[in-house]
Amino acid sequence: MSDISEPTRLAKAWDSDFAYKFRTSPVAMVSSAVTLLLVLAAVFAPLIAPLDPFNPASLNLMNGFTPPATPNQFTGDEFLLGTDDQGRDVYSTILYGMRISLFVGFAAVAFAMVLGITLGLVAGYVGGWTETIIMRIADVQLTFPSILVAMLITGVAKGFTPVEYRDSMAIIVLIVAIGLSDWVQFARVVRGSTLVEKNKEYVQAAKLIGRSPFTIMLKHILPNVLSPVLVIATISLALAIIAEATLSFLGVGAPPTQPSLGTLIRIGQGYLYSGEWWILFFPAVTLLALALAVNLLGDWLRDALNPKLR
Amino acid sequence: MTEPVLSVRDLVVEIPTRHGLLKPVDGVSYDIARGEILGVVGESGAGKSMTGNAVIGLLDRPARIGEGEIYLNGTRIDNLSLHELRRYRGKQIGMVFQDPLTSLNPLLPIGDQLTETIQEHLGVSNSEAHNRAVAALDEVGIPAAKERIGSYPHEFSGGMRQRVVIALALCAEPSLVIADEPTTALDVSVQAQIIALLKRLCRERGMAVMLVTHDMGVIAETADRVAVMYAGKLAELGPVREVIGAPRHPYTDGLMGSTPLASKGKKRLHQIPGNMPRLGQLPTGCAFHPRCPYTQPKCKEDPGPRLKTCDGRAACWFPLDEPQATKGVA
Amino acid sequence: MAVIVSVKNLTRVFDVSKPWLNRVLERLPKRKLTAVSDVSFEIEENTVYALVGESGSGKSTIGKMIVGLLPPSEGTVEIEGVNLATETDADTIERVRSDIQMIFQDPYASLNPRWKVGDIIEEPAVANGDDTDGLAEKLLEQVGLSASDVRKFPHEFSGGQRQRICVARALASEPNLIVCDEPTSALDVSVQAQVLNLMSDLKDSFGLTYLFISHDLTVIQHMADRIGVLYLGRLVEEAAPADLFGVPQHPYTQMLLEAAPRMDGFGREVEPPEGEIPDPINPPTGCAFHPRCPLAIDRCSKERPQLEVKSNARVACFRAGERAI
Repeated sequence: MSDISEPTRLAKAWDSDFAYKFRTSPVAMVSSAVTLLLVLAAVFAPLIAPLDPFNPASLNLMNGFTPPATPNQFTGDEFLLGTDDQGRDVYSTILYGMRISLFVGFAAVAFAMVLGITLGLVAGYVGGWTETIIMRIADVQLTFPSILVAMLITGVAKGFTPVEYRDSMAIIVLIVAIGLSDWVQFARVVRGSTLVEKNKEYVQAAKLIGRSPFTIMLKHILPNVLSPVLVIATISLALAIIAEATLSFLGVGAPPTQPSLGTLIRIGQGYLYSGEWWILFFPAVTLLALALAVNLLGDWLRDALNPKLR
Repeated sequence: MTEPVLSVRDLVVEIPTRHGLLKPVDGVSYDIARGEILGVVGESGAGKSMTGNAVIGLLDRPARIGEGEIYLNGTRIDNLSLHELRRYRGKQIGMVFQDPLTSLNPLLPIGDQLTETIQEHLGVSNSEAHNRAVAALDEVGIPAAKERIGSYPHEFSGGMRQRVVIALALCAEPSLVIADEPTTALDVSVQAQIIALLKRLCRERGMAVMLVTHDMGVIAETADRVAVMYAGKLAELGPVREVIGAPRHPYTDGLMGSTPLASKGKKRLHQIPGNMPRLGQLPTGCAFHPRCPYTQPKCKEDPGPRLKTCDGRAACWFPLDEPQATKGVA
Repeated sequence: MAVIVSVKNLTRVFDVSKPWLNRVLERLPKRKLTAVSDVSFEIEENTVYALVGESGSGKSTIGKMIVGLLPPSEGTVEIEGVNLATETDADTIERVRSDIQMIFQDPYASLNPRWKVGDIIEEPAVANGDDTDGLAEKLLEQVGLSASDVRKFPHEFSGGQRQRICVARALASEPNLIVCDEPTSALDVSVQAQVLNLMSDLKDSFGLTYLFISHDLTVIQHMADRIGVLYLGRLVEEAAPADLFGVPQHPYTQMLLEAAPRMDGFGREVEPPEGEIPDPINPPTGCAFHPRCPLAIDRCSKERPQLEVKSNARVACFRAGERAI
């Protein structure tokens, strides 16, 4: 039993089944590498981007519509992925756009998670009428397409915000809108797992000791229902990024002063037929890569954490 | 002596893992004759169920038969293709599992499941299959079999359901029945009924029965011979009276001693120190030596003698001559 | 000797009706399941009282009512003279509560898999606001594990070791009474012996009282000082082990003992008992055992027999003491 040289935590983690599955799955390796790369690129955008696309001083309208990797015919400046109509470097706008997209995505999922987990835990643990009410609200919520819900919230919020705050409020409204349309699946999964866990004997033991329902939910049940939540959160992140892009593409999302990938695609689609394909193409490919990588990672996580497949 | 119904020779079941090859069953040999009940006992992880599954060809991947031979009525069956094996399973080998609910299809009336099995294996007409199904239910003691043949599994109680499973296992008239913990999920009074049923059917039909269980009492009352397994190996094999009454392997001895039955009126139960080793961390030599009160240097280096079917009862270098647990071994 | 637990006319009814809407649409009546019906007994200090019965006998339900996990439908449970259901003084409730602990059947489900063993064991003391310095280490050693195990997680232990951890947790609040609900049913025989020995040792060194719930007659016989036999939620017989196993009075007890497999019963041909346990939603009238009883007379189907003292036992049977076989 007593090994003389206890392996370090890191070595143990590296040797665990989970890590082994990860190491031997090309899909997991590639998708997590792509995700990590894109997230890091977004986080360090100010350091990486050759230009600050939102600093009017750095813009030269003469540079507009420069094709990728070709010197501009007037200024001779060269841009890796070309420029848009206002001469903004597409590569830089993508890096900055991804920041908005990822921020909205993460924040929306976090919001949905907190709301969904709390309501799911309470519904599952307390039961009775509380459960009925929470789950019926969830059912009603599910009958609306989530984009519609998000548009509704965005629209209503716009009506109530003064014009001068609209741009600054837009991002927050976006997060709340996407988060609100997304909490149901967290609530359902957490409620389901809670119903299983609350009848386990360790919960009975905690009740017997006289622990409060709040302590039992938070300290005993919550840690044990988190692994399915992790899977959903990952897949939700991809969906939230796409939802944000959709809303921005439709013009109800991120404002042009803070363009996300969706806003960039909206701007770009106007120039697609006039031959300036790169304005649309590169943001779209980035969005595709990001959503696909996160989604594949989520799928892999689900398989890896599913005890039945173990 | 006539040819045994089932004969297993040096069976090894292996599971390849990234930490190396595990052997949940390691070099097991035994025979079961017509009309004989062989009890297979052992604690969890001893490999007793795995042995049964290997015989039926129901090993879950990645587990597989690594070495050894299995003969059923003289035919080698361990190297058959899945397709051929399916013909044997059900027709020649009947199976009874622990949980009767999962062995029956919940969406089909039990009559349909029975007639389907009978027709597949015996190739008789519809009405003949129906008659045989009623007869099979009747034989296992389902009251009003004619009326109940259209009922669904959930309409039966646990004990009755296990009877239906036994009827299903026996309807194709197999020569071997493998019963894996058939009474573990049942109450004492129902367990007595099922055991009596199994014994009666075995006697009347001359079937060979392999009864896998952890309950020494059930084995003592039911089995003719008993095989005790420890860490994938046979520890002891012999007639039930001798193995249970006068164990020769220290493990069997300890096991018998630690049942509350054996220590009637004593304040403390005899206990075997330590735990069953994990498969990946088997000790060298005899797998039981770290827990054995009689360990000698040889046991630490040399794996115990492998039991051949008939020579020697205990796979131990220093088998016991008389019950030792009563001597108060520390 | 002092009585530590006193159970009077304990009854528990579960509502097993279908949901409200189904009931209205399908015109179904409410369905009640009487899991425990009018059970009374007392447990003396520093003894082992065992409840034995088959499935549906209500033995676990009684255990849960005694520890306070389930409220009784009728009747009372008094622990150290205090009825927790009606007691209003918070200090008394607190004190009595920490005197009761429970050990569960499934050693895999009874430890939170995400908690370290040390935290699991100390939880009862933390909940009481007691000092926990070195407590887990001390308790682990008392149950035969090593003090360094506090930092490990439950999955690193085998079933028997986990059950030892459960015992350690139960001891953390220094209880007087431990309710053990099938504590060794999930364990192998040799491990069961270790755990039972440990429980006996702890009983002696801490002066504990056990309520031992099990379906295994051999374990009960080994552990108990007094045994209550339950059938369909009713206490049918209560006696000391020597009397119960020597001269069982109730026909159900006789049947149970006869049906249980024996280690020395080589080739024993048992006449298996008739029938199965009836549906607890529609129990038989009168004595619940009468449809299966070889001694049943007319009176048994009409009138429910009460527990009465008969030689050294308490038996609920009109023909107590007679034997069918």
